[in-house]
Amino acid sequence: MGKTAAQKIFDAHRIDSPAPGVAVLSLDRVFCHEITTPIAINDLVAIGKDRVFDPTKIKAVIDHVTPAKDSKTAEQGKTMRDWARRHNIKDFFDIGRNGVCHAIFPEKGFVRPGYTIIMGDSHTCTHGAFGAFAAGVGTTDLEVGILKGVCTMREPETIKVNITGTLPEGVYAKDVILAVIKTLTVNGATDHVIEFAGPAVAAMKMDARMTLCNMAIEAGGTCGICYPDMVTVDYLWPFIQDEFASKEAALAEYSKFLPDADAVYAKVIDFDVTTLEPMVTFNYKPDQVKSVREMTGTPVDQVYIGSCTNGRLEDLRIAASILKGKKISDKVRAVVSPATPLIYQQALKEGLIEIFMEAGFCVTNPTCGACLGMSNGVLANGEVCASTTNRNFNGRMGKGGMVHLMSPATAAATAIAGVITNSPLYKG
Amino acid sequence: MKNFNGKILFLDRSDINTDEIIPAKYLTELTKAALKPYCLEDLSLPGFDPKKDIDGKAVIVTRANFGCGSSREHAPWVLECNNINLVIAVNFARIFRQNMFNCGLAAISLDEASIDDIFANFANSEAECKTDLDKCEFTISNASMTKVYKFEIAPFDLELVKAGGWVAYADKKY
Repeated sequence: MGKTAAQKIFDAHRIDSPAPGVAVLSLDRVFCHEITTPIAINDLVAIGKDRVFDPTKIKAVIDHVTPAKDSKTAEQGKTMRDWARRHNIKDFFDIGRNGVCHAIFPEKGFVRPGYTIIMGDSHTCTHGAFGAFAAGVGTTDLEVGILKGVCTMREPETIKVNITGTLPEGVYAKDVILAVIKTLTVNGATDHVIEFAGPAVAAMKMDARMTLCNMAIEAGGTCGICYPDMVTVDYLWPFIQDEFASKEAALAEYSKFLPDADAVYAKVIDFDVTTLEPMVTFNYKPDQVKSVREMTGTPVDQVYIGSCTNGRLEDLRIAASILKGKKISDKVRAVVSPATPLIYQQALKEGLIEIFMEAGFCVTNPTCGACLGMSNGVLANGEVCASTTNRNFNGRMGKGGMVHLMSPATAAATAIAGVITNSPLYKG
Repeated sequence: MKNFNGKILFLDRSDINTDEIIPAKYLTELTKAALKPYCLEDLSLPGFDPKKDIDGKAVIVTRANFGCGSSREHAPWVLECNNINLVIAVNFARIFRQNMFNCGLAAISLDEASIDDIFANFANSEAECKTDLDKCEFTISNASMTKVYKFEIAPFDLELVKAGGWVAYADKKY
């Protein structure tokens, strides 16, 4: 019987099966940020086990509230900083060098096909874009991961989403994943891995694949997985060139983690994107999705471009191409947060930051802040935000606020119009 | 083992997410106990008042996909701070469910018909739940009626509850 991508990764990492259907996996990476890690650190200290399983496999960042906004967040940062020093965790990204975790860790080459990764963050599923098994966990799982380098997971069942056709101009991975979540519903993939397969995914760059996998959790999915191919190898090449004689050799190695042709899936969904329109959420659940056309004219107070979903360079390029020479509406305020310092620097070099500023955007440092209503763009009661983030939950970006999730192109066009509107790049 | 018996808080809605259970702005707290006053603060449910309705309750009965969204273990913690150690639902989001068992708490699924039956018979009264983990039975009662509901719990989840959570279990074994 053939195996799925996740089953192959599990087979390569399973160190125990403590009960039927439960695997204990060895971990290649434990990622950490300052919201969910400090309580794990404090607990390890309290129980006399302040150790780490391998400081080279732990990567840490301060990203949710940075710079610190008050004494409590300063304390969270300090707990991380002291811990990283104490245990010689070299890859710790403090302010000035820090970025949104799911953008900066791939950018640094920390994710490889076939890896097992956990983090105390639900959007850890993003890293499956590289053909890895990456899952969000709570603080207790994180704590055991830090101490022992292991994690327990249910043996994976997989839903395959086969994405065919060619994306129309002005329609992006964000629109695809919103439409897929609408189909799957918010718990349609609970306890399942989602394999994103098909020619439309093969045609996507890594930035777009990360957008796709990032929102697997919004359908309840444990991890989204894209198949490693030459796009993956090209992205990773600066980090792996000493390990392989050629890109082809790297691809041959990574192909071990491709699913078998006769792999068994819980469900296979065929999804043709040929006629897909730009999509946007309404109400408070990420499966409440309509076309932008249906939502056109909805007034917004704030536009936010950034986050682990859509704060990467490609996202800023698309938004800037729409904003170039334009001003945002007097009725809105707009914030852009490049997801990492490198993205910020490249956006500066390419003149994108100037375009954003000329249009009237506030450009912030890389941070998760606004997406979860912690800092850098919190909504007031009754306000509406057009946002490139991943969650539109009640109160998510601020108590009493409404969030409409959309692509960077739609967000840029919406900033100019002051109401939800299709981007000029979409000709449908 | 924790206490899994007591008065029921009925939350008649599906897809209650972790931002509603504990809003992100409180994730800057460095102790679990500090979360206590903010339990279910942003829950969108007509008639629900977190300031009055949580006190004295020990068990939540709710619908489908409870705990969806963020990985924050602050969600189980804030329930535990308020003496709620058991959530009964049609099903749960994976991370929330795992977090509950990792903490030695219980997130137990019942089929939709049983959940419907519990809501129909008990939701409008002062109801209580008694849990027998070995027999896999909930005994739910109010002034006029007592009913027994059978559930299933995976052996590994039961081990975690009995061990007092995943840290204790893993440290002994790996």
